[in-house]
Amino acid sequence: MANLKLTKVKKAYGSVEVLHGIDLDIKAGEFVVFVGPSGCGKSTLLRVIAGLEDITGGTLEIGGKVVNSLTPKQRGIAMVFQSYALYPHMTVYENMAFGLTLEKGTGKDEIDKRVREAARILQIEDYLDRLPKALSGGQRQRVAIGRAITRDPAVFLFDEPLSNLDAALRVQTRIEIARLHEKMAGTTMIYVTHDQVEAMTLADRIVVLNKGHVEQVGSPMELYNRPDNLFVAKFLGSPSMNILPATIEAAGETTRVLPEGGSSVVLPVATPDSATGSPAHLGIRPEDLSVTEAADAPFRGEVTLTESLGEVTLIYVDIGRTDEPFVAKLPGEVSIKRGTKIALSAAPESMRLFDERGDAIRAAARKAA
Amino acid sequence: MPYVVKRAGFYALVVFIVLFSIFPFYYAILTSLKSGTALFRVNYLPVDFSLANYTDVLTNGVFPLNILNSVIVAVTVVAISLFLAVTAAYALSRINFAGRGLLLLTILAVSMFPQIAVLAGLFEMVRWAGVYNTLFSLIFAYMIFTLPFTVWVLTTFMRDLPIEIEEAAIVDGASPFTIVMRVFLPLMWPALVTTGLLAFIAAWNEFLFALTFVSNNSTRTVPVAIALLSGASEQEIPWGTIMAASVIVTVPLIVLVLIFQRKIISGLTAGGVKG
Repeated sequence: MANLKLTKVKKAYGSVEVLHGIDLDIKAGEFVVFVGPSGCGKSTLLRVIAGLEDITGGTLEIGGKVVNSLTPKQRGIAMVFQSYALYPHMTVYENMAFGLTLEKGTGKDEIDKRVREAARILQIEDYLDRLPKALSGGQRQRVAIGRAITRDPAVFLFDEPLSNLDAALRVQTRIEIARLHEKMAGTTMIYVTHDQVEAMTLADRIVVLNKGHVEQVGSPMELYNRPDNLFVAKFLGSPSMNILPATIEAAGETTRVLPEGGSSVVLPVATPDSATGSPAHLGIRPEDLSVTEAADAPFRGEVTLTESLGEVTLIYVDIGRTDEPFVAKLPGEVSIKRGTKIALSAAPESMRLFDERGDAIRAAARKAA
Repeated sequence: MPYVVKRAGFYALVVFIVLFSIFPFYYAILTSLKSGTALFRVNYLPVDFSLANYTDVLTNGVFPLNILNSVIVAVTVVAISLFLAVTAAYALSRINFAGRGLLLLTILAVSMFPQIAVLAGLFEMVRWAGVYNTLFSLIFAYMIFTLPFTVWVLTTFMRDLPIEIEEAAIVDGASPFTIVMRVFLPLMWPALVTTGLLAFIAAWNEFLFALTFVSNNSTRTVPVAIALLSGASEQEIPWGTIMAASVIVTVPLIVLVLIFQRKIISGLTAGGVKG
């Protein structure tokens, strides 16, 4: 049971700063996922929390105690590494017991009990006498998790634990980790991944990181439905949100926007009158688009590519913008030939408006609330 | 060229190389088993079989003591070198500090001086430290050539051990010493055996320092003792006993190499390719 509090945490390697003052509160027992593109600092942040990297500035508190200069062990954390990092010369049992044997005052019986308990939870009781090299990737990963469980940590850290597994195993292990979190209620878990599906499915809250800054913190659905800025909007969702440069034609209680490559749409978003004429960005999720026969459909163009995935069909439409494709995600199997001219529309309340710098202009409904 | 000729040529070459390397040792064994004037007849097959030379070298004089001296010196040198090299390798491979490259180069450079160049200076140090004519002088002096390569080989080997394993041990609460002893050492057996054996052979066979720093017959190590074996008169060189002594001190090395040969091969190739 431990909460974490990061206050202006900074990390620099020489003169290069990679974390620019991270503020974050993590409640005890929460499952928090750090996501972001590679190089965004998510792994560094995790290693800073683990105590494998020194903190250059700011404070890190675990359970109300400043732990900046404590060792990983003293912080009460356990970590699961991407490459498993099992000790190759020790059996599964020895791997899981190693941390406990280093503790003074933990008896053999106690160690044995905890190792067997962890092995039972992870269903690796049959492999306890094997060496890591005799295990499959999924089994190794479970041993690595087991090694962390036996330590009974206050904070459980995962560094991209699934990225070395194949697709089927990844889904299975993901579910097991979710189950583990339920079983270990009270243990705070922090999980780093670049995979948004893992983030969406596992997290109580997601922290989106970019270039050493926190872009947004919130529950998966909050981030999906109400992205604070263009970065978060584009990062979550697959395919990512269509972003069109746009001009605000009329501000007020509702806002009329003219997107590049489309015709005007009216959004239920309030903007100050001064916004009239200013540039903005219009975001539409591919899954919110639908094919329409209506004469006033805002987006028209020629289909350049279709991808059938079975449960959905992705349609790439040339709406007169060359730099980025305009993608629609239609449910089921849709047969539209390449070269067909189609019209697309989306419900106005599903579209997102961002100002010139990329910050979200919130829907009026939210302001009222 | 027909296949048969090629194969035959290949095996002829193999036989030649084997004969060329083994013959001196074979002839030493033959000679050691001869006695009296038979020593001066050239035979390529064992015709005499007398253990007189062996009993002679082992019972007369201080040769058994010399063997014991060699064992003490070589084992101590190996133990101290490996301990210093493992701890140094941890620092040199895992910790970033200013001057690390320079330090590694300096360690390597030490091994480049010919023994004769450092002999006089070392002699002064040995006298100053008051260890002249003791085994300590040899143990100290041999570190000069064992430490550079043990440090280098173990540093490269340790650098290739995955950093995550070390980090996992840190998270498990292991101190640097525990990491080295309980995590790294078991993974480094091949490298330790290889470097340890090479250090052992170097210390076992060393002649110049052993001749210079020790003047007492009962404190000498075997290479010098063998060279100084003398016969009944000034003019007589006791070939039989010299050969018997040589065989006695060579056999342990051969046995060690045979025991550890698998480890040696994996130790020599490790570091180059990750496996």
